[in-house]
Amino acid sequence: MPGADAARLAEILESRRADISAAWLDAVITELRGRTTRSEAEREQGEILDALVGGLRHGGLRLTDPAFDGLRGLLADLSATRARLGFTPRETAVGVFALKEGLYTLAADEQGTGLVELMSLVRLVDDLGLFTFESFAAAREAIIAEQAEQLLELSTPVVKLWEGVVAVPLVGTLDSARTQVVMEKLLQTLVDTGSEHAIIDITGVPAVDTQVAQHLLKTVVAARLMGAECTISGIRPQIAQTIVALGIEFGDISTKATLADALVAALRANGTAKSAIG
Amino acid sequence: MTAVEPDAAQRLAIATDGDVVRVRQAVRALAQGARLSLVDQTKLVTAASELARNTLIYGGGGEAVLSELTNGRRTGVRVEFRDDGPGIGDLDQAMTDGWTSGNGLGLGLSGARRLVEQFEIDTAPGAGTRVTIASWSR
Repeated sequence: MPGADAARLAEILESRRADISAAWLDAVITELRGRTTRSEAEREQGEILDALVGGLRHGGLRLTDPAFDGLRGLLADLSATRARLGFTPRETAVGVFALKEGLYTLAADEQGTGLVELMSLVRLVDDLGLFTFESFAAAREAIIAEQAEQLLELSTPVVKLWEGVVAVPLVGTLDSARTQVVMEKLLQTLVDTGSEHAIIDITGVPAVDTQVAQHLLKTVVAARLMGAECTISGIRPQIAQTIVALGIEFGDISTKATLADALVAALRANGTAKSAIG
Repeated sequence: MTAVEPDAAQRLAIATDGDVVRVRQAVRALAQGARLSLVDQTKLVTAASELARNTLIYGGGGEAVLSELTNGRRTGVRVEFRDDGPGIGDLDQAMTDGWTSGNGLGLGLSGARRLVEQFEIDTAPGAGTRVTIASWSR
């Protein structure tokens, strides 16, 4: 479509701005009662309209046109804010789609707004709505990823059990990302506390497959390289049988049935070392 | 395999690491429902975990079809893993302990066979891979 059309659309929006805004605002306020204030909605709509008119003036007709860069940024910010504030997808999208209510008032009266122009505007609003929705979904995805990361941090505490003995109680699925976090935390804690014994407790790990075993082995080897002795505890009967059937070799890595057993063994080793020195 | 018809089938796509976890959880739920012993549950879940990861890593993704089985008094769980990946050229080599074409321990496929009662593999280069496992209550 030629650029003249866009200029004409901008002109319509500008000349009938008051009518459009009023109907738009009413529709949004009805839908979002209690979630936003009238002045807040009015300010947002003013910004959207300004950006929309501005984009049209620069010859944009589709939301993907470079002329609408500003508008897209504005909508993305708006959707992200709403996603964080816990708005539902409907509440977020309605803020934009309600602009159509304003456009319908143009169709209802007869002040020279052509059908073709109205259709172009409505189509543009559909684009805005879809874009808003996409941004909203992207923002939600980002929030979920963020929470998963926080969970990762939370779920891997390294605790000091005794002087010179630290333990990591593992709970849940042990994937590559978590193993990396566990390993880093464990190694750092070994340095910080000057511990010589580390106990990795897998009571809370539901299944030990070859990947989990490989991750455990790597962690133990890394701890050993730093001069710490590592014990894997919490090996339940069904896990032991599964590991045997799988054919995983734990080699000379010491393993214990319970965390208590592992602690006793670590203290005994510490005690022997001390009495040998003394 | 014993000629028994599955009671109901459940299909799960395997496309991400998260899907492997989902398959594992679904298999565990079925195994508990089929009254498998705790050891057999854990073995079946571990085998499913290995095979689901193989489907993901070596098969480039695929699906798992889970079904409950009944054969007279015994109940069981069958899981079928399908992918349209490159397939396995040398099956004997692939089933050897410690051999891997990736960077794992090389025990997944061979270990999975030892973890379950029934194990079948159907593969050819370029024709994808289909592995079926089943375990029964005692």
